[in-house]
Amino acid sequence: MNINLTLIGQVIAFFGFVWFCMKFVWPPIVNAMAEREKKIADGLAAADRASHDLELAQEKALERLKDAKHEAAGIVESANKRANQIIEEAKAAAQVEAERVKTSARAEIEQETNRAREALRSQVATLSLAGAEKVLGATIDRDAHAELVNKLAAEL
Amino acid sequence: MAGENQTVSEYIVHHLTNLTWGKLPEGYERYDGSVVGEGGAWVMAHGGQEASDMGFTAIHVDSMVWSVGLGVIFSWLFLRLARQANAGVPSGLSNFLEMIVEFVGNTVRDTFHGRNPLIAPLSLTIFVWIFLMNLMDLVPVDLVPWTLMQLGVEYHKIVPSTDPNITFGLSIGVLILILFYSIKVKGFGFAKELALNPFNHWLFIPVNLFMEIVGLLAKPFSLALRLFGNMYAGEMIFILIAALFSAGVAWMLPAGLLQIGWAIFHILVITLQAFIFMVLTIVYLSMAHEDH
Repeated sequence: MNINLTLIGQVIAFFGFVWFCMKFVWPPIVNAMAEREKKIADGLAAADRASHDLELAQEKALERLKDAKHEAAGIVESANKRANQIIEEAKAAAQVEAERVKTSARAEIEQETNRAREALRSQVATLSLAGAEKVLGATIDRDAHAELVNKLAAEL
Repeated sequence: MAGENQTVSEYIVHHLTNLTWGKLPEGYERYDGSVVGEGGAWVMAHGGQEASDMGFTAIHVDSMVWSVGLGVIFSWLFLRLARQANAGVPSGLSNFLEMIVEFVGNTVRDTFHGRNPLIAPLSLTIFVWIFLMNLMDLVPVDLVPWTLMQLGVEYHKIVPSTDPNITFGLSIGVLILILFYSIKVKGFGFAKELALNPFNHWLFIPVNLFMEIVGLLAKPFSLALRLFGNMYAGEMIFILIAALFSAGVAWMLPAGLLQIGWAIFHILVITLQAFIFMVLTIVYLSMAHEDH
């Protein structure tokens, strides 16, 4: 229980350890802890931000989806309209074409008829002249009676 | 355990004697009848009488070795933590040590309002170092002294904080810091504070000086004596309980239970004493930084 040099030794040791702790121990530990604290805080903030962003993105996606649906419906509708229109147009064009074909066919028939009639007529004249020639047994003056025969042919 | 030819009081005294190495004066007659020669001699003291006759020129080898050794353990532990400290995920021992660092840091932040990079590491050193020194109290009282005695070392106290030299050494260190920062922060104001408080009149300067200096010195005294008293009393009870073992086989069980009970209670005491020393140091240094 004596007070002696141990006292001085302990004072020296005290300052030695305190100095050592202040110089080499405390700063790196505290810095690392502060850094970690900051990192965690940053991480939490980032997580918050991310969840908020996610919410926004979901909202936006929903909106986009709605828009897209709307647009798709519009496109389908207009496509239907256009299809109907095309059908109508095709119908009309077909009718017109049919009419045209019919008309041209009719004209051709008429033409053929006329041509046949003309041919028949010319042949009638010749035939009747030949018949008359035979019946009369005499030569008929072709020029004198041509007018008469032609008149007959025209009546046919 | 105590030897057969040893009385209980001899056993207790033996346990309370430090291993002392010091200088005996010229002409001193030693325990074995030999006389110290010219100029004195540096020897290992044999018994308490020789140790106290050495006066101030002696050193408690056991206190010094354990104190510095525990300080080195503290420094090594935390230096290792400092080396591997990073912002990643901590694990195992670093977790525990960082918990201590954070606890000390928070205490300092709550109590000390100035800006001084010394206070926090100082508090950590005081807290952990004193805790480790007190922790030696929980080592069975006979384990180390008996083992060393087999190796030829006669006396040994392994709890440095039961040595007033150690506790006063710590508190004198704190006192030096208090004086240093008082003068550094307040300069001449510190002298004025000593001279003109509490009675602000020049006639009262001697009275004021006396009161203030007593107040100032009371700080390290109370620090040192509180720690020393608590640890010494605790150690004494451990030794007394240990002495019970020699009272006969019937005492073995109660003494063992008492030993366990006191040790468990003592875990609280040693932590609390380390904490009180740390907090009061912070408070005193905080006062040293405050300008009135």
